[in-house]
Amino acid sequence: MRRALSVIAGLIAAALLWEGYKAAGDPEGTVLFGVRVLPRADDLSMPHLWTILTRLADPEMTGGRPVWIVVLDACLFTLGITAAGFLAGTVIGLVLAAAMQRFRIVERGLLPYVILSQTVPLVALAPLIAGWGGTLMPPWATVAVIAAYLAFFPVAVGMLRGLQSPSAAGAELMRSYAAGWWRTLVKLRFPSALPYLFPALRLAGAAAVVGAVVGEISTGTRGGIGRLIIEYSREATSDPAKVYTAMLGAALLGLLIAGLVSLLELPLMRHRRHVEVVTL
Amino acid sequence: MSDLASSAPDVVPERKHGGAASVVVDRVTKVFNQGRSDEVVALSDVDLTVGAGEFVSLIGPSGCGKSTLLRLIADLIEPTTGTVTVAGKPAAQSRRDQEYGIAFQQAGLFEWRTVRRNVELPLELRGLAKAERRARAEQMLELVGLADFAGHYPGQLSGGMQQRVAIARALAVQPPLLLMDEPFGALDEMTRERLQSELLGICAATGAGTVFVTHSISEAVFLSDRVVVMSARPGRITASIEVDLPSRDEAGRQAPVYFEKITEVRQALRS
Repeated sequence: MRRALSVIAGLIAAALLWEGYKAAGDPEGTVLFGVRVLPRADDLSMPHLWTILTRLADPEMTGGRPVWIVVLDACLFTLGITAAGFLAGTVIGLVLAAAMQRFRIVERGLLPYVILSQTVPLVALAPLIAGWGGTLMPPWATVAVIAAYLAFFPVAVGMLRGLQSPSAAGAELMRSYAAGWWRTLVKLRFPSALPYLFPALRLAGAAAVVGAVVGEISTGTRGGIGRLIIEYSREATSDPAKVYTAMLGAALLGLLIAGLVSLLELPLMRHRRHVEVVTL
Repeated sequence: MSDLASSAPDVVPERKHGGAASVVVDRVTKVFNQGRSDEVVALSDVDLTVGAGEFVSLIGPSGCGKSTLLRLIADLIEPTTGTVTVAGKPAAQSRRDQEYGIAFQQAGLFEWRTVRRNVELPLELRGLAKAERRARAEQMLELVGLADFAGHYPGQLSGGMQQRVAIARALAVQPPLLLMDEPFGALDEMTRERLQSELLGICAATGAGTVFVTHSISEAVFLSDRVVVMSARPGRITASIEVDLPSRDEAGRQAPVYFEKITEVRQALRS
């Protein structure tokens, strides 16, 4: 209940900020020393919220489907890609983390490249991966690969930290039980790593959404929300509210993924919270 | 020794000290970082025998290698030279057969498991059936007086209670040998004395031999059949003092022989 209220309060605050800036800000934007430090507040750059909301209900083009259905459709398409990329990235991240935990030499050899992988510009990589579409895999899968490429990183790094988090005493205890690496992983390291895993999954979820949206744009994949943002932004001068409807959809997608991670976290982390101590 | 090796590990054999040795440490030397500039001789030519059911304390200044000796017996580390025999078998084999239970200064409970499931952990790794695990865990919790807290999480318990859970976990496989590394070191004096008495009761009930590392002279004298005094740099055994208190309770703590033994251990530590 309190959670729902805080979500609503957050939405209202965001709406007030938008409309407040629109009312108070300079329509031409604030320019300091030739640099625009605050955006334009005119209707073309920042349409009123109600304009955006009513735009959602109007048809996309005369006689076409309402915008909200088009946006929702695109969101669902991108959600599928994001989910595939997120899952693949998570699995790859987990496997890499486990391998790096297991073998010191893998950690030393691989970790720099894991970090390096994220500094390669996506625009340089996208055309290469896009080339796989149609031959190696269906075109939508190439976008999922890009999403996975961004998503695996926080999982690998966070999970490695988590798997290394148990104390030496915990590891010694497992050794005293004659438990091998795998059973130590399952019984000790993995449960210890959960508090590190969930924040990493949230980051991975956001990264997967960004990856899917950018991936759609740079590979030219049709049908998703990334493509829609590009298409609608071309009409920004005549129909400024339209592009914001697509952005709203992309934001919704991010929230949905974050919500899914929370749903997974809730039952698994229930007993990690601080509780009242009994003394005897 | 053969009767020890052949006895089923989950059955506690009835025996008191004087029987076959449960631990034999034979001319063991342990060198850390051998051949490097930070080489440390932790233990030098150590011999130690612990009889079945005997309670032996290791005491000495920091860095005397008492914890190292305990870890060697537990096969958590390997000796540089010499051999360690536990329950008639090489230490590595005994570890694989779970011939000992171990408890550390930090209880080291798994916070995501309930108290009962923490005690069940070694049984799980042994592949016991669920019902049997549960029954055994509850029996052990009964022994340490925490039967009512089986469903609690470690975070909900005080330090002393957590340490008792750790002892119950060490006892769960009903090992013939208990290894304890300053298990009461982090507790207050009152809790400490109560747990000492409880530990003695448990050892008497299970017949387990015990190797107990401690900093406290009074604790060592009160608990032990024998106090082994160690010195540092290099770690070696300098004295072995037999303790025979009339009783191990409040009266025992007041007995003249208790104070005599404390003095004796103190002098051995000084020399």
